[in-house]
Amino acid sequence: MSLLSYLINGISLGSVYAIIALGYTMVYGIARMLNFAHGDVIMVGGYVALTVVLSYSTNPLVAVLVAIVVCTVLGIVIERVAYRPLRGAASPLAVLITAIGVSYLLQNVVLLIFGPNPKSFQSVVPFPDLKLAGGTLNISAETIVTIASCIVIMIALTTFINKTKAGQAMLAVSEDKGAAQLMGINVNGTIALTFAIGSGLAAIAGVLLCSSYPSLSPYTGSMPGIKAFVAAVFGGIGSIPGAMIGGIVLGVIEILSKAYISSQLADAIVFAVLIVVLLVKPTGLLGKKIQEKV
Amino acid sequence: MCGMNKKKKLRSNLITYGMVIAAFAIVQILQSTGHLSSLLQGLLVPICVYVILAVSLNLVVGISGELSLGHAGFMCVGAFAGAIFTKCTQEAITIDLLRFVLAILVAALAAAVFGILIGIPVLRLKGDYLAIVTLAFGEIIKNVINVFYIGKDANGFHFSLKDQFSLGMEPDGKVILGGPQGITGISKQSTFLIGVILILITLFIVLNLIDSRDGRAIMSIRDNRIAAESIGINITKYKLMAFTVSAALAGVAGALYSHNLATLQASKFNFNTSILALVFVVLGGIGNIRGSVIAAVILTALPELLRGLADYRMLIYSIVLIVMMLFNWAPKALEWRERYLGRFFKKSAKEGE
Repeated sequence: MSLLSYLINGISLGSVYAIIALGYTMVYGIARMLNFAHGDVIMVGGYVALTVVLSYSTNPLVAVLVAIVVCTVLGIVIERVAYRPLRGAASPLAVLITAIGVSYLLQNVVLLIFGPNPKSFQSVVPFPDLKLAGGTLNISAETIVTIASCIVIMIALTTFINKTKAGQAMLAVSEDKGAAQLMGINVNGTIALTFAIGSGLAAIAGVLLCSSYPSLSPYTGSMPGIKAFVAAVFGGIGSIPGAMIGGIVLGVIEILSKAYISSQLADAIVFAVLIVVLLVKPTGLLGKKIQEKV
Repeated sequence: MCGMNKKKKLRSNLITYGMVIAAFAIVQILQSTGHLSSLLQGLLVPICVYVILAVSLNLVVGISGELSLGHAGFMCVGAFAGAIFTKCTQEAITIDLLRFVLAILVAALAAAVFGILIGIPVLRLKGDYLAIVTLAFGEIIKNVINVFYIGKDANGFHFSLKDQFSLGMEPDGKVILGGPQGITGISKQSTFLIGVILILITLFIVLNLIDSRDGRAIMSIRDNRIAAESIGINITKYKLMAFTVSAALAGVAGALYSHNLATLQASKFNFNTSILALVFVVLGGIGNIRGSVIAAVILTALPELLRGLADYRMLIYSIVLIVMMLFNWAPKALEWRERYLGRFFKKSAKEGE
């Protein structure tokens, strides 16, 4: 039974990685940039939800909604102020470093407002744990909600991209910015929309992450951020199902190596698996093979 | 790049060396007249460390054109290799300076070996995938050293990945590397003078490599891989050359760093350290070695100089970073600069391309 419960925990953690990785992968697919501030948006989402729960409303749904709204706006503002001016810069590294600057900025603003000490987060999931197999298998309600949210988000996002005009515009911009513009697509608007969706997802991921691992500090977001980035690359960056698979595989590997090998080496094992996958399939599991043109 | 004639290149290189020597002289004068605060004195060696780290990373990012996010890993290898060497030869080699020089060489060699081992698989990948794999290797190095135990007793060395007791040493044995506790009691050998000499050696190696036939081959791969391959340039060889030299120099930076501390822990060499080095490179100008030196000095000193602002210093640091990036790279900002600041900035804007 313990293997099964580890697996379920792994899938739950992996679902959070997957939701974060979706944000990474969408932004990468469309703006060709690694948004290193994405992990810190998760952390901001956690703090917003915590503040709402503690001082305004105890309804968890309200807290989540407020967090989503704040992070969405934050994502749009970051894109507008820090990233858009650098579109067309001579080196793609410029926007990467700016993203790191934004990441430091978010961490330090939160540090000034809330202080450096970790805050304990109250789970926003109001349901009791699920006991199966005569009480030997205990699945926490957070786990179920996390996995369910991940599935819902995945379906919603796929439908959005394939069935709506805005979604099709996103695909077009990620294929070829210039051609998309010629077809009358508002490229800047589409990119802003992508950041908005990615940041909204980050807020959800933040709340879910903090519900399962109830400790929140200004640096909470950075490690899950990096892991989700790894997950996105693992699945093939730019691919939405890839982000999903990458996230879940990563979460399962992490939990299993923590349980059976060494908790200190878990991160090293995760990264080693990534290296092996990339060496065998250099563009990730579901990544598109880019043809080299002369 | 090739349009620049030899004389101009030589002059540019001499300015870079001269700048470092002048900075050293100024610091010496300030120090002897007592104008240097103790805070800044403590920063002198770290500044040298980060200058070497930035210059070495620029060789990969700027000259070879590959984004590396795991440079701290090589620094980590160098730091630990150097410190372990120093601890093991404490009694055998009695001349401090000789031991330190050997430790630096050991550090460079160890980091170079890791550079080759990691470079062979990594350099098959391209772009962002290469970046993420270097990040992964950097994290793996940090994590593995963090759980590694080395002990030494009369029977020789003992290794373990579990804990101190599973080393199985005689009672007289002593722990050299203690997992998360790292290495303690490293003799403090790094001085500002040695740091500056190492910077000059690093600059000499990197600048000469850039101006050599090999350097031109490396840059031709960066500018157009397929064209370079078609004229018979061995891509793997030259990429690996840049990567390995860069790793070795990062190892030197690591040795300088570890011999400036009483205790050394692997957790110091995390992703943020790699990113910090990358910030120096990009802010100083990708491929611009002198720029890396200046950026590393300013950005290492900046947070300490802002210490008076207490809690706000990292906030200001991050805002300065974002604003400087926008000012230096945004196409609109460059246009504005050209129009209003004229010739003053024109050259640097062009060099960035």
